[in-house]
Amino acid sequence: MTIADLLSIDDLGGADGIEDVLRLTDSFVEVTERSIPRVPALRGKTVASLFYEDSTRTRMSFETAAKRLSADTMSFSVASSSVKKGESLRDTALTIEAMGVDAIVVRHSSSGAPHRVAGWVDAAVVNAGDGWHEHPTQALLDCYTIRQRLGGLGGLHIMIVGDVKHSRVARSDVAAFSALGAEVTLVAPPTLLPPSLEGWPVRVSHDLDTVLPGADVVYLLRMQQERMTEALLPTLREYTTRYGLSRRRAERLGAGAVVMHPGPMNRGVEIAPEVADLPQAAIIDQVRNGVAVRMAVLYLLLGSGPEKVPTAERLVEQAGVA
Amino acid sequence: MAERERRSAPPYGGVFVPRTRVMERDDLHRAIWRMAHEIIERNHGLDGVELIGLQTGGVAVAERLGEALFAIEQVSLPVQTLDVAFYRDDIGLRPVLPEAVTDITADLDGKIVVLVDDVLFTGRTIRAALNALGDYGRPRAVQLAVMIDRGHRELPIRPDFVGKNLPTRRDEVVDVHADGVDLGEMRK
Repeated sequence: MTIADLLSIDDLGGADGIEDVLRLTDSFVEVTERSIPRVPALRGKTVASLFYEDSTRTRMSFETAAKRLSADTMSFSVASSSVKKGESLRDTALTIEAMGVDAIVVRHSSSGAPHRVAGWVDAAVVNAGDGWHEHPTQALLDCYTIRQRLGGLGGLHIMIVGDVKHSRVARSDVAAFSALGAEVTLVAPPTLLPPSLEGWPVRVSHDLDTVLPGADVVYLLRMQQERMTEALLPTLREYTTRYGLSRRRAERLGAGAVVMHPGPMNRGVEIAPEVADLPQAAIIDQVRNGVAVRMAVLYLLLGSGPEKVPTAERLVEQAGVA
Repeated sequence: MAERERRSAPPYGGVFVPRTRVMERDDLHRAIWRMAHEIIERNHGLDGVELIGLQTGGVAVAERLGEALFAIEQVSLPVQTLDVAFYRDDIGLRPVLPEAVTDITADLDGKIVVLVDDVLFTGRTIRAALNALGDYGRPRAVQLAVMIDRGHRELPIRPDFVGKNLPTRRDEVVDVHADGVDLGEMRK
């Protein structure tokens, strides 16, 4: 499998492509468990991270992944850059590319920003989260974590609970989980669901307590208070009462069930403080697997030969898809 | 099966077409036993010896060597496996994906590592394997056992234990399998 960019889960071409990444991740998990967790695979390559939004774990995860592949890393954060002086996204991307980078990891608050960057530069572009759109490497590490705990995703019942509307993680997860054969149920109040779910391969519930007993995986989303511009909930406490994973609700889960969260957690809002530390919680595993998954993605993008097709062709290709 | 060699031999994605059978099943069996005796002789027994098969073709050969070593010395050497994909020098020239997860459980410091592969060709896989081993420890010595040495070396690497020396053309492909060894070509 060769891919030029990873902008959305669909770029992997369905279940086979996702499985390829997960298989490759197995090899990188072995690498990260060694006393010297580093391989020379991407020596001489440079990976730049271009983050227009705050992030600790994703940025550190990508940079750790690049370093463990022996690539050089460059870090660009908006707070300390010429974006403050009014530089456009395009100029910033072209400037970074002119310094000789092979991959650019982009996070942006606007949906579609990484797609635009991919059209401007020849370097491989990885979407590290764009607006409400997608966060493909998060979905891949979620799939890997579920596969590690439960053996596979086929036939599983996965509940994605919370603020689906503002969640790029939910969009990528729905695409990846259903591609691998899981049945996904979105559990949220109507105001926190997207206006239209047409074409989403999901079921919807507004009542966590009725669907919880059948869940193999409970995936809690963070309440994204910084993205809420209107009053979507009466109070946060009411949300916690109806949709938070309390100790009492967690006790009704099967012993083999898995509790996940993309982080950062609001303990006491979507998840009770002590529930995050139960054996069923795979939240730390998710972070740990994130490095290996991102190593696999960078290796696939930079280590597998054929160069990216020229920019003009790519634009036509993208126009054809749209 | 010489999957690694097959994948890297043009035309890419072609099919291996065998032309000549160069070793029969019995020949393979005898070669394994002779190599097992040589390994024991060279190392005065099997103390501190670790057997590591290279993914994927070398693993089957290593397992057969392990069985022969056990039959001769009553010492059981678990076969460990190494995939050298991330250490190759042709990453970026063509797709190089690992065939399987590396499984090295022993501490290699001060040990004698016997690397096992099916076919020795340019020597680049062995170069990569030597670099990879360095990340797992510092063996006292590394020895190389291959079923077929087909020549065309591009690096100063030589085997310690050889099943058969087989003169080949560069564009030919050697296939080591359970029933013997075939020489042939890749065809579209």
